[in-house]
Amino acid sequence: MTGKTGGARVRKPVSEPQKAELIGFYRDMLLIRRFEEKAGQLYGMGLIAGFCHLYIGQEAVVVGVQAILEPDDQVITGYRDHGHMLAAGMTSRGVMAELTGREGGYARGKGGSMHMFSREKNFFGGHGIVGAQVPLGTGLAFSNKYKGTDAVCIAYFGDGASNQGQVYEAFNMASLWKLPVVYVIENNQYAMGTSIARASAETELFKRGISFEIPGEEVDGMDVLAVRKAAAKAVKRARDGDGPYILEMKTYRYRGHSMSDPAKYRTREEVQDVREHRDPIEMLKKKLLDAKHVTEDDLKKIEAEVREIVNDSAQFAQDSPEPHPDELWTDVLVESRA
Amino acid sequence: MTDILMPALSPTMEEGKLAKWLVKEGDTVKPGDVIAEIETDKATMEVEAVDEGVISKLMVEAGTEGVKVNAIIAQLSAEGEAPKPKSNGKAKTAKVDAPAQAVAETAAPEQKAKNDGHRLRAPEQKVAAAEGLHDPTLPEGVTYKKTAVRDALRDAIAEEMRRDERVFLMGEEVGQYQGAYKVSRGLLEEFGDRRVIDTPITEYGFAGLGVGAAFGGLKPIVEFMTFNFAMQAIDHIINSAAKTLYMSGGQMGCPIVFRGPNGAASRVGAQHSQDYSAWYGHVPGLKVLAPYDAADAKGLLKAAIRDPNPVVFLEHELMYGVEFDVPEVEDFVLPIGKARIRREGTDVTLVAHSRMVKFALDAAEELAGMGIEAEVIDLRSLRPLDTETVIESVKKTNRIVCCEEGWRFFGVGAEIAAAVVEHAFDYLDAPPLRVAQKDVPLPYAANLERLSLPNAQDIVEAAKKVCYRETE
Ligand SMILES: Cc1ncc(C[n+]2csc(CCOP(=O)(O)OP(=O)(O)O)c2C)c(N)n1
Ligand SMILES: [Mg+2]
Repeated sequence: MTGKTGGARVRKPVSEPQKAELIGFYRDMLLIRRFEEKAGQLYGMGLIAGFCHLYIGQEAVVVGVQAILEPDDQVITGYRDHGHMLAAGMTSRGVMAELTGREGGYARGKGGSMHMFSREKNFFGGHGIVGAQVPLGTGLAFSNKYKGTDAVCIAYFGDGASNQGQVYEAFNMASLWKLPVVYVIENNQYAMGTSIARASAETELFKRGISFEIPGEEVDGMDVLAVRKAAAKAVKRARDGDGPYILEMKTYRYRGHSMSDPAKYRTREEVQDVREHRDPIEMLKKKLLDAKHVTEDDLKKIEAEVREIVNDSAQFAQDSPEPHPDELWTDVLVESRA
Repeated sequence: MTDILMPALSPTMEEGKLAKWLVKEGDTVKPGDVIAEIETDKATMEVEAVDEGVISKLMVEAGTEGVKVNAIIAQLSAEGEAPKPKSNGKAKTAKVDAPAQAVAETAAPEQKAKNDGHRLRAPEQKVAAAEGLHDPTLPEGVTYKKTAVRDALRDAIAEEMRRDERVFLMGEEVGQYQGAYKVSRGLLEEFGDRRVIDTPITEYGFAGLGVGAAFGGLKPIVEFMTFNFAMQAIDHIINSAAKTLYMSGGQMGCPIVFRGPNGAASRVGAQHSQDYSAWYGHVPGLKVLAPYDAADAKGLLKAAIRDPNPVVFLEHELMYGVEFDVPEVEDFVLPIGKARIRREGTDVTLVAHSRMVKFALDAAEELAGMGIEAEVIDLRSLRPLDTETVIESVKKTNRIVCCEEGWRFFGVGAEIAAAVVEHAFDYLDAPPLRVAQKDVPLPYAANLERLSLPNAQDIVEAAKKVCYRETE
């Protein structure tokens, strides 16, 4: 996505984001939102199947964090992963074609919405088992330290996932061995139909690292600039060898848990209220307009450009053929070649 | 010798129906054991023994209406005491423990939820196995009700929760959300949050907690949203639940049911689509059930909940919405460990369980059109496995195809084929064949998923092969 230079080795100093970067954030968040809306549409048309978890409402989290990552930093997350992949610079075409289960998808149609990967972009999935990405991300951080690189791994997980035992096993090791990992808890208030208060004895999730000596802080996950700022601090700490950090992003998902969620556990008003008052895209848009960084016309142009990308990816995802039947048998094991 | 008298269940009761004996002559009872069920127009209640001893005589037949309060219904002799025809001891009225609903009627819901101080009702084990491993004979003219598998499961849970206060349901989204697949619909409303418990997403933790609760005398039903997530918890299922009875020299029974959807759903990819039949079938100390239709789902789940052992109960998401006839009889409990012959035939035996039964039945239909009469055996129970029924069938058909949704390596079909070769080698006219999922993780793409999962056509082809018919 915008603002990324391939293969940079020199670490960017983290300063206040300038106009171009801000516009980039806006565009990136808008791209994720429009992409997800399109995915929802294709699901309704039967072109996408199975579980499909949309990221709408949470866009500021991945865009703000990604803004301070370097190309060799790694990202890993759960099944609500489309936004993370787009933010990591993976193509809309490749992601959408994976959603439709076609050859042109990132996993050649074999993974689907929940399981997508890109070695090239250092995106390590895409995991369907709640909480699994936390020790996996910790292991990626371990590999960085072991190899002596200064790359950092970002492990994203949900408020629901934060109750899995393996999360704490990972926390302990990460802190004990000072691993370069940043845990980003995307607290969207619900795990499926269970509100955080019904599942967590301690609902301030940034405190979950206390007994492992992992510092944490709460962040307004609807404000891309607040996210970026907090991420900068946490990533620097990890990169400097001072160990893990927890960022609890207060965010919200607008859509159901997956496509088949009756959403009886919260009111329409609750959702509407966030949409109207805390929407990450609208908030940044207002900032951009107020600071006169953009005109309404500029915004229209961005909208048109984003729609073009999304429509193109949807077309590609339908035109791309199904994987060849022989693909059924490939990739089970790495075949050793003579 | 002590007389057991017909108890009054309420201050106004004068007579009632002795619905059921839960003991027979010669049984040893101790205080608190439920010995009979009594019905009035208002409720069904259980009669508990007050003294220890041997039931020497049942004086009133089960089903007798209008039994007067304080009439002698049975005689109890002390252990070792010879039964005497006439009692000279003092008569005692059996103690009655009101079932949970009776509590619910009088207590406000909040009170009920907190009311964990009262004694838990524990009906006497009446495991159907005692009935000689036969499905209960249904009464003449029994009626059936079309019931979806999910509702049959719900009914089984609800009935057992009404019957035994120690039974509770725990899992992710089982309460307020009514179950991720709506199996527990209505249970929270009926039983309250003391007995229908929403857990955090923490399978290893709550599976272990469930096992501990079972050690502590409760009868947990632990729901996994799907069995894929039970992999987080498999250590407790095997190391804690399955092995402890043995390791404790028989002291530490673990009456628990682990249940949820197993196997492939639809287009949800490799991590959400795995058949664990063989995994759990491998483990001594577990019982493993995998019913196909709604009646078996109900009857076997009730049996599983009553069973004093850990039972892994494998459901199938794609069967939840399918409706079947369920007999409308009170307390429909099926024997664990008995296969069901779903279709009789002479030419080839098709063995399947869970959703594969449907494909086996479809295949049998198609084979019949080619003049091949297939016998379809629905295993229902994988552990214990009813090898006898399978072997008897093979002795008749001389051919077998084992069908399962999971991978074939070290699978259910492998076990059955080995048993057949071992016990009916001389009867076989062809090597046993297996139909199973392709030996790869389940792909997401529609075409690859179709190629990967076994279907009726695969079974037809395998059956033709063992019958030495031309195959495609
Ligand atoms: C081990 C495991 N248990 C249960 C599930 C089913 N499941 C999928 S997502 C989910 C809720 C997770 O909520 P949260 O971590 O808050 O993430 P969010 O969906 O809100 O992004 C559940 C229970 C699963 N995939 N894996
Ligand atoms: Mg959440």
